[in-house]
Amino acid sequence: MSPLEPCIALVGNPNCGKTALFNLLTGSRQKIANYAGVTVERKEGRLTSPAGRRMQVLDLPGAYSLHPRTPDEAVTCDYILGRLPGEVPPDLIVAVVDATNLSRHLRLVVALKRVGYPLVVALNMSDLARRRGVAVEPAALAEALGVPVVSTVGVRRDGAASLVEWLDAHFSIVRVAVERVEPAEPDRGDVAATANDQREVERVLAAVGRLDPPIDTPSDRIDGIVLHPVFGPLILAVTLFLMFQAVFAGARPFMEALTALVAMVAGWINASIAPGLLRSLFVDGILAGAGSVVVFLPQIVLLFAFILVLEDSGYLPRAAFLLDRLMGGVGLSGRSFIPLLSSFACAIPGIMATRTIPNPRDRLVTILIAPLMTCSARLPVYTLLIGAFIPNRTLALGVGLQGLVLFVLYAVGLLSAFVAAFCLQFATGKRTLQPLQMELPSYHWPSLRNLGIGLWQRIEVFVRRVGTTILALMILLWFLSSVPAPPPGFTGPAIEWSLAGRLGSFLAHVFAPIGFNWEISIALVPGMAAREVAVGALGTVYSLAATGQDVAGALTPIVAQAWSLPTALSLLAWYVYAPQCLSTLAVIRRETGGWRHPLLVAGAMFLAAYIAAGVTYHVARWWLGAG
Amino acid sequence: MEAPSTLRPAARLTLTELPLLGEGLILGLSVQSDRVSADLPERLAELGFLPGARVRVLARALFGDPIAVRLGSGTFALRRFEADCITVQVLAPPVCGAT
Repeated sequence: MSPLEPCIALVGNPNCGKTALFNLLTGSRQKIANYAGVTVERKEGRLTSPAGRRMQVLDLPGAYSLHPRTPDEAVTCDYILGRLPGEVPPDLIVAVVDATNLSRHLRLVVALKRVGYPLVVALNMSDLARRRGVAVEPAALAEALGVPVVSTVGVRRDGAASLVEWLDAHFSIVRVAVERVEPAEPDRGDVAATANDQREVERVLAAVGRLDPPIDTPSDRIDGIVLHPVFGPLILAVTLFLMFQAVFAGARPFMEALTALVAMVAGWINASIAPGLLRSLFVDGILAGAGSVVVFLPQIVLLFAFILVLEDSGYLPRAAFLLDRLMGGVGLSGRSFIPLLSSFACAIPGIMATRTIPNPRDRLVTILIAPLMTCSARLPVYTLLIGAFIPNRTLALGVGLQGLVLFVLYAVGLLSAFVAAFCLQFATGKRTLQPLQMELPSYHWPSLRNLGIGLWQRIEVFVRRVGTTILALMILLWFLSSVPAPPPGFTGPAIEWSLAGRLGSFLAHVFAPIGFNWEISIALVPGMAAREVAVGALGTVYSLAATGQDVAGALTPIVAQAWSLPTALSLLAWYVYAPQCLSTLAVIRRETGGWRHPLLVAGAMFLAAYIAAGVTYHVARWWLGAG
Repeated sequence: MEAPSTLRPAARLTLTELPLLGEGLILGLSVQSDRVSADLPERLAELGFLPGARVRVLARALFGDPIAVRLGSGTFALRRFEADCITVQVLAPPVCGAT
């Protein structure tokens, strides 16, 4: 970044449409990292105005006031007050306010004015305010507030045009800010001070002649059903169930196409490269390994799409509302629901999302149970085994048996998390009543643009992982599985003689009691880095074990033939707990500030996985033997 | 404190006791129990639960906890003990025709 580029910071209440506006200003040129020393997500982007001026844009976490009460709010507050290490304070603050909710959102503007930076107010969602008949003239509001005001629509393509024009026209203001006012003291934050600011807001609103917003909005009518004590939970259950059915069934054609593509490339390499080490590296190492992970991209995209839509539409906090009492039963609050649901995609963003939980104890428990949520990295394993062992039958009402099994696996993970939270409650001691204070934002149609940007970021992360970590591990595993070459007289598959084969047969002693063969045992080793790697590893192991047979992308029939049903069920049970994900453990270490908690999680989950797999294996054997 | 069944136009209730879809005017904030953190009123104030603001109970979850409260044009979920901290004056009885 150039030191000549001014930095503008977007500040606003949560749910003011700040992130949509940020996406609009910066497009896909965003850099997501963490603030130094804390795990709050730092979103930075670049804006080039029509006049060719370049600016850095920072999307600060949402805050209700400059008196912080969560780690997120603390970052915003410290940044604005110039107390955040490693950060240069902004040259200009863009205060984003929800035009339909000015009486609350303007209070932050009043507080920001006191701090003394150059300030411009973005009257966001101005289209919605106009439709509801509560719009105010930007010029009148600017006059009453004594701060420039522009109107924006975060969800429309040209919605930030007036803000960008303003930035262009007032670029000199942005630049002079280099020598800035000494930031004021943080706000006191008591009721009287807040009420004082509110009086100022009411004065401003009276001056612009704004009417009170209608108390009955379309959102309320939806809430009448969605938050209903009986219909609400029903709608939630159906939504989640349909989501998992769709993830399983909807992704299938795309996955089949990808599988065919991988097989085609393998066939092409087989035809054009002479048999030998190089061909084996491409076909057995890279394609059978990394290729069998890539085919799960459609499922992961679909799952993320569902979660993003639920989040963007405003439904997620409603789900948290409905589940608050239930979560309260195990000592958590509805606020833990959102991080836990994100953990279904991946525990890492889920654990990072716990920063929005103000209570440290609730936050810790949520972090500790998040790895029990079925993350998308388990999907490849589940899909492989369900596809191979569970008949594709339709039960009543068009519900597929395979989808049902998948749902059960998710449910077992969820149930275990509740049991764990319940037990942890006693370990962490008695506590005071914890407030919920959760905003339920108005419903709105998810914006395709934001959905696209969100999905693209996830796809990028996944593809980068396949291209780096997973690929490297696959090549390493291929190497270990190929050397040393067996002596001439050896009759079995070459891999049994290799380093990997020997390690596998050693590990098989540990895992034999729960029904794992040596191929599975060895696949679990690279699976430590990332769960989905285990599938790729199985691909490589079987590819090298099979003599002359082409396995790339066709693992399903092979495991269906090679494993017994109890072994498959046991591996499914193992993966409900599966402690092997070093990235998750690393994030837990960073978030909890020590090795104690990640080691506790790894140990407990390993134990749970071993016991669950063992019980499943022996019960299944007894059952099949009896039947 | 009167029970909801004997509502008079100027009855003082806590937000928890406000009937579903009934409207109230916030009179004050106070901490009712020593199990509640002392800065709760401050936080509620920052969300906009200030004396003089109008509120309406939009929904109650199963077993009446938590409740969804409309405040201005925003909606917040509060647990019962939080709503207990907010004293309101009843403005209007529940809207007829709404469920």
